[in-house]
Amino acid sequence: MQKRLAYSLPDEVLEHVFSFIQSDKDRNAVSAVCKSWYEIERWCRRKIFVGNCYAVSPGMVIRRFPEVRSVELKGKPHFADFNLVPDGWGGYVLPWIAEMAGAYPWLEAIRLKRMVVTDESLELIAKSFKNFKVLVLSSCEGFSTDGLAAIAASCKNLRELDLRESDVDDLSGHWLSNFPETYTSMVSLNISCLGSDEVSISALERLVSRCPNLRSLRLNRAVPLDKIANILRLAPQLIEFGTGAYSAELRSDVFSNLAGAFSNCKELKSLSGFWDVVPDYLPAIYSVCSRLTSLNLSYATIQSPDLLKLVSHCPSLQRLLVLDYIEDSGLEALASNCKDLQELRVFPSDPFGVEPNASLTEQGLVAVSLGCPKLQSVLYFCRRMSNAALVTIAKNRPNLTRFRLCIIEPRTADYLTLEPFDIGFGAIVEHCKDLRRLSLSGLLTDLVFEYIGTYAKKLEMLSVAFAGDSDLGLHYVLSGCKSLRKLEIRDCPFGDKALLANASKLETMRSLWMSSCSVSYGACKLLGQKMPKLNAEVIDERGPPGSRPESCPVEKLYIYRSVAGPRFDMPPFVWTMNEDSTLRLS
Amino acid sequence: MSSENGKRLPETDADGLNFEATELTLGLPGKSRVTPDGGAKLGSKRGFSETVDLRLGDNKDANKLGQSQIDAREAAKSPGSKAQVVGWPPVRGYAKRGKKSCKYVKVAVDGAPYLRKVDLEMYNTYQQLLTSLQDMFSRFTRNFLNEKRIEQVNGIEYATTCEDKDGDWMLVGDVPWQMFVESCKRIRLMKSTEAVGLAPRTPPKCSRTS
Repeated sequence: MQKRLAYSLPDEVLEHVFSFIQSDKDRNAVSAVCKSWYEIERWCRRKIFVGNCYAVSPGMVIRRFPEVRSVELKGKPHFADFNLVPDGWGGYVLPWIAEMAGAYPWLEAIRLKRMVVTDESLELIAKSFKNFKVLVLSSCEGFSTDGLAAIAASCKNLRELDLRESDVDDLSGHWLSNFPETYTSMVSLNISCLGSDEVSISALERLVSRCPNLRSLRLNRAVPLDKIANILRLAPQLIEFGTGAYSAELRSDVFSNLAGAFSNCKELKSLSGFWDVVPDYLPAIYSVCSRLTSLNLSYATIQSPDLLKLVSHCPSLQRLLVLDYIEDSGLEALASNCKDLQELRVFPSDPFGVEPNASLTEQGLVAVSLGCPKLQSVLYFCRRMSNAALVTIAKNRPNLTRFRLCIIEPRTADYLTLEPFDIGFGAIVEHCKDLRRLSLSGLLTDLVFEYIGTYAKKLEMLSVAFAGDSDLGLHYVLSGCKSLRKLEIRDCPFGDKALLANASKLETMRSLWMSSCSVSYGACKLLGQKMPKLNAEVIDERGPPGSRPESCPVEKLYIYRSVAGPRFDMPPFVWTMNEDSTLRLS
Repeated sequence: MSSENGKRLPETDADGLNFEATELTLGLPGKSRVTPDGGAKLGSKRGFSETVDLRLGDNKDANKLGQSQIDAREAAKSPGSKAQVVGWPPVRGYAKRGKKSCKYVKVAVDGAPYLRKVDLEMYNTYQQLLTSLQDMFSRFTRNFLNEKRIEQVNGIEYATTCEDKDGDWMLVGDVPWQMFVESCKRIRLMKSTEAVGLAPRTPPKCSRTS
């Protein structure tokens, strides 16, 4: 009698229950319980995340999930950020937009990362989705302000337009004027990546003044400092704000106007921008500093004393992005002032210089690891490091979840002992049991990979460069890291053996990137032919791999799991290793 | 420590794989490697940035720790700069931080199916830029020959042209380098026959190697 009751829960009840389950992983688990749950769940899934746009086809997604309102797609591999993926590689969003235009008329949100977005795609978005609300283009390229003009003109309900770090062809600053006078719904606008060309300030001011819900505004470098005060006064409700160039002739009226405008913004929690900083204008933000939780000074070329002073005013800081001008002394001040710090990123002011540009060493990071008990996420560029420092950091901060260290000169050894950093990174993975992301650098042998394979059981993403001695290193990682999803490797002596021995591991990962390693064309072909659920792609600008001996190493290899089969949009320098590439159905 | 599963790979000098041939030596990063079959070098790395340092000689003896740093310092003629490896250090356009202009320009080559991007700030002279373009261009022609897109004709000359802010196209080389960097928005390598009518003076030409 009770069994029958359980089976008779009506679909609507189940659907209602499922609506409280938001995470993709949980949704996937729900859909795997039984056929009827699969059916119910697929009709009520509203958000899709596709971590690799080539892992599945738009048609497949649409067929399974007919009522989607929000789509997130990622395209190029991460190393595209560092010019390792040639232009024209792929990641085009147009096929997705074209199919979704017909299938999802009520689509509200599109979030893209590292994809090629054309003006045609933007125009299609503008005219296809009547209730479109959110457009986030992160590190995208291929479009111009013409495409943005189409979005502005048509999307009456647009709430969020975020172009973070995209490469936009800035044809004219007047696209902003395409937002009609009746448009008032902007909540978040990020145009910080737009070029040095003028943005129409008056259009911007008019837009800001008629959008009472505007909470996040990030301007581009071209917006001059003397315009900031006016904009802030039009939007005192801002929570996040990014300045333009933070420089002007020092004038007390401009300064006090600016300081007054900032102090008016009682809810401001996050600041960014700060190109070309004139230090004398920094005190204008002091009134908001005590409330600041996030500060991005990664464009601010100001020196240590000014940075130190600024940071000392921000006791609530949770997230700091800064150049190495902060130096060890500034980081020590950070460590004693900012006990809520969770994320620290220190970028090199002169990445290609031979001599250190600033007095920033491993000491700064050690100090922060000691003084900031909530520190979870680190990205740190420096020119020297020691195993002792890494061990100290690991023991101080076992709660680290993301640790990315870049010792600028490849294969640099421990400056105290001249040894490799195997022990240091070994300590990191051993103590930081929740580590999800790790980037290695410096001199490293196969031993570090043995440590990683042994201890880094929660590691999801690993970046490796100029490290290791042999295939053993790669083998340790592929066989030991249970949670590994993304592995990117460059300039390491890893070859065929480890890859072929762990081929099935690759089906459990999102993707593997290997460039300037020793994987042969023959091995790539073998992988492509034997593993139908993987797309094995060789990127080689020297011409067809078949024109060289099978034992010849390929330039770059990108392997990812896919249910869509080999892709059809490969440029001339990308070759698929899969057979029967013409016979796949989408 | 033993690895978790039963498979163990042979150590570096075990049978089967000729590790020595595929081993990366401790040299300046980005130096060309010898192929396993002992044939010609694979060719220098793909990055445009590396062509800046054409003056660097081969450095085969950089086995000592720290040697690479000393070599870099010795090799870099211009103070404060060094041999650059593509994509290292992994900074996202951070070379642009603190600079007034963002000087990535697209380069189109007549007949090539795709564009390239070049950072003009990486070069100091027209010669450096043209050498880099030539390197990139010759790769295209090799691809073309393989795909039979164009016929090989000896001595076809291509002119390097640039488009400025006003949309005008002119031959590269007429103005001082810095002025060029500031005004150039796009570069196109067009067949000389089509370049008639552009700026009057004879510009540096990017001629195709046969």
